[in-house]
Amino acid sequence: MSEPHIVVGDGPAEARPAHEPVVDGAFTEVDAVAEAPRLELPGVGEWKRVSPKYVVVEVVSTLLFGLVACGLAVFLWLVADAQWAIYPGGAVALVVIVLVILEPRRVRSIGYQLRDDDLLFRRGIMFQRFVAVPYGRMQLVDITRGPVARWLGLADLKFVTAAAATGVAIPGLPVEDADLLRDRLVELAESRRAGL
Amino acid sequence: MTSPAEGTETSLADGAWHRLHPATPLFRGGIFMVAVLGFILANLRERLVDFFFRVPSYGDDPIDEIFRRGAVGWALLAIAVVLIVILVVFYLSWRMHTFRVDEESVEVRSGVVLRSNRRARLDRIQGVNISRPLVPRLFGAAKVEVSVAGQDATVQLAYLGSSVADGLRRDILRLASGARQAAAPAVGGPSAPGVPAASAVPTDAAHATGETAPPFGATPAPGVVSRGFEEASRFAAARVQEFLAPELDPDQAPPESVVRIPPLRLAGSIALSTSTLVLVALAVVMGVSAGTGNPDWLFGAIVPVLGGLGYTFSRFTKSLRYSIAGTPDGVRVGYGLLSTSNETLPPGRIHAIHVFQPLLWRPFGWWQVRINKAERSTNRGAAGQASTTTLPVGTLADVRKVLGLIVPGYDGDRAHALVTHGLLGTGRAADGFTNAPSRAAWRRPFSWRRTGFAVDDGVVLFRRGVITRDLMLVPLARLQSVGISQGPLQRMQRLASAKLHTVAGPVTASLPVMAQSQALRLFQTLAAGAVASAEADTSHRWGSRTAAAAVAHAAGDAAADGDAAGRDAAGRDAAGGDAASRDAAGGDPVDGDAAGRDAPVPETAAAVVAPGADGARS
Repeated sequence: MSEPHIVVGDGPAEARPAHEPVVDGAFTEVDAVAEAPRLELPGVGEWKRVSPKYVVVEVVSTLLFGLVACGLAVFLWLVADAQWAIYPGGAVALVVIVLVILEPRRVRSIGYQLRDDDLLFRRGIMFQRFVAVPYGRMQLVDITRGPVARWLGLADLKFVTAAAATGVAIPGLPVEDADLLRDRLVELAESRRAGL
Repeated sequence: MTSPAEGTETSLADGAWHRLHPATPLFRGGIFMVAVLGFILANLRERLVDFFFRVPSYGDDPIDEIFRRGAVGWALLAIAVVLIVILVVFYLSWRMHTFRVDEESVEVRSGVVLRSNRRARLDRIQGVNISRPLVPRLFGAAKVEVSVAGQDATVQLAYLGSSVADGLRRDILRLASGARQAAAPAVGGPSAPGVPAASAVPTDAAHATGETAPPFGATPAPGVVSRGFEEASRFAAARVQEFLAPELDPDQAPPESVVRIPPLRLAGSIALSTSTLVLVALAVVMGVSAGTGNPDWLFGAIVPVLGGLGYTFSRFTKSLRYSIAGTPDGVRVGYGLLSTSNETLPPGRIHAIHVFQPLLWRPFGWWQVRINKAERSTNRGAAGQASTTTLPVGTLADVRKVLGLIVPGYDGDRAHALVTHGLLGTGRAADGFTNAPSRAAWRRPFSWRRTGFAVDDGVVLFRRGVITRDLMLVPLARLQSVGISQGPLQRMQRLASAKLHTVAGPVTASLPVMAQSQALRLFQTLAAGAVASAEADTSHRWGSRTAAAAVAHAAGDAAADGDAAGRDAAGRDAAGGDAASRDAAGGDPVDGDAAGRDAPVPETAAAVVAPGADGARS
């Protein structure tokens, strides 16, 4: 994902089954066995992933949290002589280790696509989430950079609509990609402006 | 404004600066201040005099003391100075508070020391609210609130003459609709009694400057005494007539579109609500504690019980005289017995609708309708009722009527059938809804059969709940985004849940469980449908859509054929005014006619001036 490769749409027309008319919304029941093993949008193009370096940002923040919590537990155990503090401290350490191990997978699961008329976003492995936002619904695009992300040359991009629940935040983009993507999104939103 | 006296109703929306009702400072808290001052003087005058003047001893009355010391002149002078200062402050604040309405925006300037200026674009208007709190209503004044999207983003015009306020709203909505000047509404109306007296108002200064007109009805004029009495009696008669007039002017809306609530049903619905049950429970606790001679509980419960009684009573009086009606400018919702309030929502300002029935209402077949609006006012209007409750209680027929009003064009037979099934259906028979599969039964043991969705004619319907029956409707043209999600347990069963993201409000349109494959289909349908509907939507200039509607209808037919060639013809690269046609033909998977949905009544207007249509991609 290093090249700033931002193209609208995903190529040939057959890759857009979303535009096929569905007659009066009569959805047919499909047998559970015949379904795919997990939630996966069929026929969409390739997902653009965030920078693998973003794993570092997440790991650092997780470790910081773990260090503070474990430090507190150790302090209680050694200085304040509270024996019980070992258990919550150990639990926190365990959770932090599991999170750090899973972090690369979680970051790999974040993806987005610029389709013709909307932005497609996904994230999560255990708890999967897909969101589609028409460009015309954009109210603003936010770019933020934390200290670690700045050091790595990354930025977070947030696509804000009138609905708070939309929650499309693409973290860990290389800075120049984020700027390009922001400009592209603003341009797309301008050309497809819709009311509220 | 050279001749303010002849101000007709339309004169306020002419782009010039106007002033508010001269009694405005009094209505906005002045009366309260006078009352407080009177109270202080009546009760604390000895102490005040003692405090300020350190008079060591006086008789039993400070006025006697003033007489005795021969300071009458000074005392009168002091009182006069205070009065003059108050009057000057009031006058200045009134004089500096001006507003104007032109083709593009509504603007208000106010403040003497701290100047403030607020301006709202007309094509962003979410609703216009006219409220009449009791005291201003007695004096024939009303408050106009023009709201745009956002928290507390309203432009307030408080206060205006009552009839002037109605006329101003009509003008604002006409300008906002984008309709051309030609179609001035024929609702000259029963020209309100206050207007003719406008020439008698005591605003000589304003007349002298000649730049503004006094935009208000009659006020008690301290004019020539002989005329004054006549004026006063006319004024009083007008006020009484207005006070007794029906809340909804019968000329404003066709009677068949009006929904009202019989007082008995209103009382019943309140009696059978959760808050009343809690209240009764508390009262029982009080009675028991009093009976057993243990008064601790009594005192604990008495405050909430009194508060609850007050709340229930005000809820009742405020929902009395409720009406919802379709007017040419949008849906008008009005209510209130003593203080009245009515809001007009232009078409396309409603983002999500929730129709639901608490268990206790089921024997009577009553429903409530709530909505999400982009405008969120913390000021709850004169009635204090949440302005998101569009129908406090109604029958199935009422719900249908209300839905027809607030989702324009969504009142065909199929829509009726879907809504009815959505409200009453058990999900055992095929009724147009796609329901959760049986493997989801353990998640929703009672309601899984009817937990389902339908997409029809540009509206998404989510149905769920069996104890409290719920039906959510979201117009695709208002959908901000759509999301589906799946947790680990759901994955094991190939289930998923969906959520429609709309502007914040009391309605959350989500469906907790559905088959995974159907969730994917729904996601794709809605993602495409939202784009198409949004671009075909012209409701921000709802009066100027004839051309767009015609194009959209034609395109809709093409799409209905399912003809790929038709899609290409209206193709991706269509330019200019053709954008609407492209969208209707190219994108809408739900129903080819969705583009025309927002234009049920072709109106006589000129060209398309909708940004949605002219924002053509190049």
